[in-house]
Amino acid sequence: MNAPAKISRAARVQKIVTPAGISAWLVEDYAVPLVAMDFSFEGGAAQDPQGKAGAASILAGMLDEGAGDLDSEAFQRALDDHAIRLHFSADRDEFSGHLQTLTRNLDKAFELVTLALNAPRFDADPLERVRGQINAVLKRESKDPDSMAAQAWRRAAWPNHPYARSPRGEIGEVDAVGRDDLVAQHKNLLARDVLKVAVVGAIDPATLSVKLDALFAGLPARATKTPVPQVGISGLGRRVLVDLDVPQSNIRFGRPGLSRHDPDYMAATVLNHIWGGGSFTSRLWQEVREKRGLTYSVYSMLSTPKASAGLIGATSTKNERAAESLSVIAEEAERMAAEGPTEDELEKAKKYLIGSYALRFDTSTKIAGHLLQLQQEGFGPDYLDRRNAEIEAVTLEDTRRVAKRLLGDGRFLVAVVGRPEGVSAS
Amino acid sequence: MIVSPPPTPCPHEAPAEGQGSADGSHAGPVVNHFKLDNGLEVVVIPDHRAPVVTHMVWYRNGSADDPRGKSGIAHFLEHLMFKGTHKHGPGEFSHLVAELGGQENAFTSYDFTAYFQRIAREHLGVMMEYEADRMTNLTLSDEVLLPERDVVMEERRMRTEADPSAQLDEALNAALFTHHAYGVPIIGWGHEIETLDRHDALAYYRRFYTPENAILVVSGDVEPEEVEKLARETYGKIPARGEPPRRDRPREPEPRAERTVKLADEKVEQPSFERIYLAPSQQTAAPGEAEALEVLSHYLGGGPTSLIYRRLVLERKLAVSAGAYYYASALDDSRFYVYAVPADDVSLETLEAGIDDVLAELFRDGISAEDLNRSVTRLIADSIYAQDSQMALARWFGASLAIGGTVENVLGWSRRVEVVTREDVAAATKWLDRKRAVTGYLLKDEQAA
Repeated sequence: MNAPAKISRAARVQKIVTPAGISAWLVEDYAVPLVAMDFSFEGGAAQDPQGKAGAASILAGMLDEGAGDLDSEAFQRALDDHAIRLHFSADRDEFSGHLQTLTRNLDKAFELVTLALNAPRFDADPLERVRGQINAVLKRESKDPDSMAAQAWRRAAWPNHPYARSPRGEIGEVDAVGRDDLVAQHKNLLARDVLKVAVVGAIDPATLSVKLDALFAGLPARATKTPVPQVGISGLGRRVLVDLDVPQSNIRFGRPGLSRHDPDYMAATVLNHIWGGGSFTSRLWQEVREKRGLTYSVYSMLSTPKASAGLIGATSTKNERAAESLSVIAEEAERMAAEGPTEDELEKAKKYLIGSYALRFDTSTKIAGHLLQLQQEGFGPDYLDRRNAEIEAVTLEDTRRVAKRLLGDGRFLVAVVGRPEGVSAS
Repeated sequence: MIVSPPPTPCPHEAPAEGQGSADGSHAGPVVNHFKLDNGLEVVVIPDHRAPVVTHMVWYRNGSADDPRGKSGIAHFLEHLMFKGTHKHGPGEFSHLVAELGGQENAFTSYDFTAYFQRIAREHLGVMMEYEADRMTNLTLSDEVLLPERDVVMEERRMRTEADPSAQLDEALNAALFTHHAYGVPIIGWGHEIETLDRHDALAYYRRFYTPENAILVVSGDVEPEEVEKLARETYGKIPARGEPPRRDRPREPEPRAERTVKLADEKVEQPSFERIYLAPSQQTAAPGEAEALEVLSHYLGGGPTSLIYRRLVLERKLAVSAGAYYYASALDDSRFYVYAVPADDVSLETLEAGIDDVLAELFRDGISAEDLNRSVTRLIADSIYAQDSQMALARWFGASLAIGGTVENVLGWSRRVEVVTREDVAAATKWLDRKRAVTGYLLKDEQAA
């Protein structure tokens, strides 16, 4: 087998600026006759007006429900006839669009996404339908242990903050979102100054440039947003219990984390991998699952929404042993904060994180998604080449320091849904 | 639109497009296929866009091969396959994969069990070495087996015991398959999982984990010659065991009675409707019939332009979502699903009547030439999208071969879909007979609430 080639991923990324001033990252690749495009506008569900949680998600659901001369049915039919995959989504911080097309339908695909973005109809019928669809999902989630635990944790962690609400919407508020709200949020959020674009596939820069201008140049220059205040994680040391008649307790836990641009972020990435991030090898996996058979799944992750930062994890254990799971996790946090990882764990974690980076680049859609994420996080294409070096540079000392910062006094905000034995609210 | 998932994980998998596609604009994947002397089948699908490979081993046994009273053993063994061999201790393989920057997992279905790693191409040889090792050298002690059985019980609690819709699905399948093991959940029934022991696991392992019963699929940045060489040096060293194991499957009798299954639970805030028809699979269908059923399921219920969505969601507003899908990929007679989520204040009885109206329309009018063309185009396009992912390609070839398909069969899929006629689709509607179906209602238990 050949030795791994030292390829520059950054060198494959072309930074395009169109005549109208739209910036995009492009990776040209003609191996498969497809084009994938991801784009986003910073400002998602956190911008939902008071009492109207769900506005951004309804807006996302409505953009492909009729635009220009095409009503909802005609628009969906045009997509289907040309096998174009188009959908929009809203999370807390970003409003995003995702397009995939066969090269032979490229023109039609851009024509339709351009219509959707610039001339959505927001007809009454589809609006009622989309609200109904979101309500159906929210109702289902309202008794789903995993969703309930996420909600309980979110509300306790970020009280009186937009992040306390579900990005999808809240029952009772979704129906308050009217056409006017959509028109307003469309104008407020979908603007050129908060736009990021990533394109991968069988398209050249000149062709793309023309299409991007048609797509984005007509949008407002500036977004109108409500500032989302930076917020810590409340309720450390608290345990929130939500009663549900199920045999298994669903557990969320979390503490403050590090922001994406913190100098210790890479060390934190390595540390989290060792503690609870690397499935099959992490300490939590070994202690909670492998040794004790307490759960099917246990993990931790660094969460970096724009306005907060957390180290967040989850697991689920039968009610009779939920207390045991919680204490094992607490002990592992304490042990890691006190001792940090071993040299061996550090080396293995770095090897994994460095080696597995290549696995993010094996499909067009994954590449487009990653390139968009880097732009959202404020990095340039050079990050693609320096990322592994930064992981490599993390020292044992760095991870010990960051273990104290991350796991520190070991106090978590914990939410438990179920009927755990021997676990009380605190 | 808001995409809400169907009530069960959608199993539709369009096979990859073959060489020489519909419009001749693009050749499909180039696939190499050969057998080692010990009977192990090998499929290689080169894709040189990224320096990574997907390495998969498929075994032609799944939950439907579990011995009676030992439900869950295929899945439990899948977990136990990570517990080490004579040569390599528990978890050693996993730690190696991680250290080399790879990702791994395994999955069990009704008809097969598969293991895979995704990793930088230069590590393919060592993956093969370890995977070949655990094909024959697994060791099991109660010390590792018992906690893992608890893990599987937690998995069942997570997936089923806390979720009324998953419980309804189990009941629907159990009612649909009165004799065949597709009626038993893949993970097994809880009371049987609890009793599975070391002897069960090893007996099952010895029966099914043989080179004759396995398929190696490698996709990604490789050449067939190097894969063949590596395969001979690793898997090729495993002695042949003779005949592949027999899959002893009783055939489902011809269904005669329509059945309805209702599950009411206080945790149900959103009712839903589901109906499953017993239908032939790509393996049991007459030539062209499975392809006609694929077209039918797309026309009837594939997304927001489908007949059922237009009638129930857009026009009559009885449902907030509705659709259909067909599970072609199965060794034995399989399933065709129709599902819907009712709009507020619409009863499931009203919704069901609406669905039956749509089906009556389908039976009466069949599919127009234009709609046929649209569905065929869409299905073939999906197979081109699949070529973007080495993992997706590896899965399709692996799954298809594991149920007795051939590489030629997979490659010819789009050509077979292209020649489906209106008459074929009309004929395929015969399977949507309520006598062949189980209807499920998921309801709120108002009294308990």
